Amino acid sequence: MDNENSGYVPKEVVEEMIPYFNTIGYGHPSITHKLGWEAYEAIYRAKEALTQVLNARNLGEFALVHSGTEANNLAVLGHALANRGRGGKIVVSAIEHLSVIYPAEEAEKIFGFRVVRVPVDSEGFVDPEVLKEFVDNNTSLVSIQMVNHEIGTVQKISELSKVVKETNPRAVFHTDAADAFGKIPIDLKKLEHVDMVTLSSHKIHGPRGVGVLFIREGVKVEPVLKGQLSYEKLWPGVENVPLIAGFRKAVELAYRDFDLNVAKMREARDLLVRGVLEKVSDVLVNGPLDFSMRSPDNANLSFLYVEGEALTVELSINGVYVSSGSACTSRILEPSHVLLAIGRKHEEAHGSILFKTSRYHTREDIEYTLEVLPKAVDRLRGISTIKK
Amino acid sequence: MSTRIPLPYTPRVLELFRNPKNVGPMEDADIVESAGSPACGDMIRLYIKVTTRDCEELVERATFESYGCAANIAAASILTELVVGKSMRDAWSISWKNVADELGGLPPIKYHCSILAVGALKRAIRSYYKKVGKRPDWLPEELTQEERQTLEEERMLEKLYSGYTIKVPLPRGGGNEATRP
Repeated sequence: MDNENSGYVPKEVVEEMIPYFNTIGYGHPSITHKLGWEAYEAIYRAKEALTQVLNARNLGEFALVHSGTEANNLAVLGHALANRGRGGKIVVSAIEHLSVIYPAEEAEKIFGFRVVRVPVDSEGFVDPEVLKEFVDNNTSLVSIQMVNHEIGTVQKISELSKVVKETNPRAVFHTDAADAFGKIPIDLKKLEHVDMVTLSSHKIHGPRGVGVLFIREGVKVEPVLKGQLSYEKLWPGVENVPLIAGFRKAVELAYRDFDLNVAKMREARDLLVRGVLEKVSDVLVNGPLDFSMRSPDNANLSFLYVEGEALTVELSINGVYVSSGSACTSRILEPSHVLLAIGRKHEEAHGSILFKTSRYHTREDIEYTLEVLPKAVDRLRGISTIKK
Repeated sequence: MSTRIPLPYTPRVLELFRNPKNVGPMEDADIVESAGSPACGDMIRLYIKVTTRDCEELVERATFESYGCAANIAAASILTELVVGKSMRDAWSISWKNVADELGGLPPIKYHCSILAVGALKRAIRSYYKKVGKRPDWLPEELTQEERQTLEEERMLEKLYSGYTIKVPLPRGGGNEATRP
């Protein structure tokens, strides 16, 4: 249930990739021979699929990179490079993914931009009225996630981007939609005020190693890495064609039965949350309580009086894989910045567990989790120095 | 999530995490000492029963409670096993490295769990002698590495997370509940 960090890649996707290693299209996509053309064709088809499912104007608006992190870096630093010397503000929400926050801080250090973090409410929402206060004539870039990766908050991106453009039409609006992809409908024609969108393959059961940045025609971005350009004009180096072919297949599968897939995630998630709240006491729900404003796959729960890392290890021993916002699971010993930003105390953040359901979870999987989890929490609470 | 990296645990750590020894409070403990804090996400409480045999003080029993990660639980568990039957002097000489070695090694990011466990033990021993009003010649004035690092962790993390600076100065010559921040 750790689809946040990486997920299961189905057989159909794996099978789509294999021929591209040694049978077809294993050439360089910008070289004019059969194997190169086949490689080119695979990339073209992936972009074509994206254009179609996301309702973009043309496939030239998509840049393929190797992760959501790279896409966010390209959006923020690529924007900073294209606008260097002009200064200005980069506005981000306090709960953005670190692949937005860190590049923004780099842009501040290297190019003299000023980073401003917009606070969120206790469920992670950015209030359009508050955002308005942070945007002015000097604002160069605004980056706000469509869906938060930890607490599943679904922002009103249409409204937020409109507020930004009304205040400053020259400001560029970027949204990291990695966690929205395949979970909530994204229509790029309707999102007319959004200039850049980040997507990631492994969040939709595609292979790890493919990220996408949508850049609306006319929006200026410069490559962050320098080198020989291939098909991709914003990211040098040879494209990873097998993974891109697999990604295309994953897009096809996610969108072929979009509503059904979403309904499956939602059903599994709802069953899980209901069960946990019934069976375990002293649990906090992190993120929106109104589940219609929450990503259909997301459940983020804090189990008080236990430490999250211990719980992830205990569950792992029992075959349930989840992650935690505890400081102990990170290398820097700091708890999740998202949970702190929504006002959780440190001990509440340390006891947090993130579950992400998928269309592949069965009722049995959830029932098994509901059998194992309360026992794990009970055992660790029994050992704990902190009691109710 | 941010910088989540899987940590390889040895079979011994996993075994003690699953089946920790000497868990729970001890009603007739002579000393109860804690290290770490809930805000740190890392806290150990030790309960120790001391007995005297042939004019020598020995650790008769030791139990623990832990709010912390798997390594924290395993380190506290092995420490209680290590100290039982030892003289207070020998218990004092246990280092965080001994604990880590007994666990078959710890990932470097988890060394602090072993340090915290030993930090709690050293505090407990100091606190015992303070209580009985004795000062053995082997018990140094100066804080050991584990005690200093335990204090540093408590202070650093509290400062980092709570948004306030700690006003209480470092205790000189040994920590106890009254003077620790």
